[in-house]
Amino acid sequence: MELERTRINIADCAKTYADGTLALHPTTLQVEPGEVLALLGPSGCGKTTLLRIIAGLETPDAGSRISFGDTDVTALPVEQRGIGMVFQHYALFPHMTVAANIGYGLKIRGIADAERARVVGDLVDVVRLNGLEHKRPAELSGGQRQRVALARAVAVRPKVLLLDEPLTALDAKLKESLRDELAEMLRRLHITAVYVTHDQQEALAIADRLAVMHAGRIVQVGDGETLYRSPSHPFVATFLGRVNRIERSDKQCADNTLDIGGLTLSCPAVWSNQKTLLVRPEDIEVSSFGADWGQAVVIHRSFLGDRVHLTLNTGHQIQLRADVGRDHTAQLGETVGIRIRPECLMPSHEPI
Amino acid sequence: MRGNPKTPGLLFGVTLVVSIFMLAPIGLSVMAGLVNNYSAGIKSGLTLRWFMQVLDGYGNTISWSLLLGLLCVLGTLLIGVPCAYALARSKSRIARLFEELLTLPVAVPGLATALALILTYGHMRDFRQSFAFILVGHMVFTLPFMVRTVSSAFHRNDLLAMEEAARTLGASFTQRLLGVLVPAVLPAIVAGSLMVFTLSVGEFNLTWMLHTPLTRTLPVGLADSYASMRIEIGSAYTLVFLVVILPVLWGLQAIGKLIEKHYGT
Repeated sequence: MELERTRINIADCAKTYADGTLALHPTTLQVEPGEVLALLGPSGCGKTTLLRIIAGLETPDAGSRISFGDTDVTALPVEQRGIGMVFQHYALFPHMTVAANIGYGLKIRGIADAERARVVGDLVDVVRLNGLEHKRPAELSGGQRQRVALARAVAVRPKVLLLDEPLTALDAKLKESLRDELAEMLRRLHITAVYVTHDQQEALAIADRLAVMHAGRIVQVGDGETLYRSPSHPFVATFLGRVNRIERSDKQCADNTLDIGGLTLSCPAVWSNQKTLLVRPEDIEVSSFGADWGQAVVIHRSFLGDRVHLTLNTGHQIQLRADVGRDHTAQLGETVGIRIRPECLMPSHEPI
Repeated sequence: MRGNPKTPGLLFGVTLVVSIFMLAPIGLSVMAGLVNNYSAGIKSGLTLRWFMQVLDGYGNTISWSLLLGLLCVLGTLLIGVPCAYALARSKSRIARLFEELLTLPVAVPGLATALALILTYGHMRDFRQSFAFILVGHMVFTLPFMVRTVSSAFHRNDLLAMEEAARTLGASFTQRLLGVLVPAVLPAIVAGSLMVFTLSVGEFNLTWMLHTPLTRTLPVGLADSYASMRIEIGSAYTLVFLVVILPVLWGLQAIGKLIEKHYGT
């Protein structure tokens, strides 16, 4: 099933609620044709509001503009926008069979029975629900319901597909397998999609690009790897994965260096005003102590199966968390050598 | 109550006494309608004479009561379901106030409601003397039961999402209401309808004030026969009620259960 590929243009979209709270600061964002873009952020960051504005379920403030391709849809009600949407708890129609759920949008559009049956049949194949056409949603598993919701949303050949935390209702194990399955189905449908989630793993696995949101604003947009490796905003660094915060003394700031366990690292010149630097646990190298290595004591060690999680004391009350390989030899109480490549350090404030 | 072997026996005894206490009046009443002479008791012999006399004299009250009940269900459905939807979706304070107002006819004595209706519409003679007048009274009284039941079903969060889903698929308001929302709250609608029907059939208070000699419902007829005829006829009337109305109610309840099972989530 080939679907239309549409560019979404969001320009200066803002949302102020009746009580005066600004749920979404003026936001500009472009989603490329056929691209899967994730809106990622903690609850209350405005990601769902933005999605609902794109859908037409919320009205943005005056001056906001949204267009799908060349069509300005800002004033169009949701019924006429030509979107497909997958809801958090699927919102399937409980009194209809799987086939009737998938065919609902086509029925509304007055498509003839035979054509409808054909499209529904095709979609049942795409989402692999064969044999379940005449079941009701209540008789399906969580994963199957999710697939019905996806098929129902794309049956009407929407210009854009919007997904509102579609995996939240599932348990952790199932979530992981369905995540990859969903990613694969979205690729196969090749439709422009906006995917809302608070789970960074999910966003990384499914989306081509991520827009990380915080307090009603998009703080950074980019592909997952760029965002993870070189976040331009400290919130992005902390939200995508875990980080250690290392405080610098005034002297270190003045010299623009960082001291960890006796090892002195020099930092990029633009960071001279940064009191705190960030480093990811997996970017701390741990080995036996020697020249050119800082010194630290292992004060906690937990084996996590695929890796070992160490808490290191580097003196001066500085504790670092480090993730090392499964077979690493560091033991509790042992003195070890640590090293951080300067390019792995990240600033904690927006560069001025 | 462990280790007390007397308890089951005691419980059984209490249950038995309470049951007899509650069933005896019904049994006696039914018997009174079937004997030749109530004061002589069963020795006077059994007869269906009184029963037939009731069917002759009041037979039409049965069909009118059933018809009124059905029309009342229809009317409260037509007004109540959209009203329940509007109330459930509205966030305004006026809507909450209206919801309170709506339940007023339940709290206010039926006589007062009836009086208000007579004062307002009494001069419209044809309306006043028809069953439509009683129907209006019944609808005023039963509407809150329909609205409350259905409105609380419309309030469910999953229904909000379902409605939004239907909107994203292009469904208009009517299509959403009839195709998605009403079927989704059907169990509540069925429960509300059953309640409205039952209340309408048994309603006496209001109907007694509103009725004319030509517009009598079953409970009004029952009161009339108790007041003006032999006790045996009144009792036979009770029997008619049990024989005709109860099976109808049970039948409707069974249909309701079936629908609930079919549409339940």
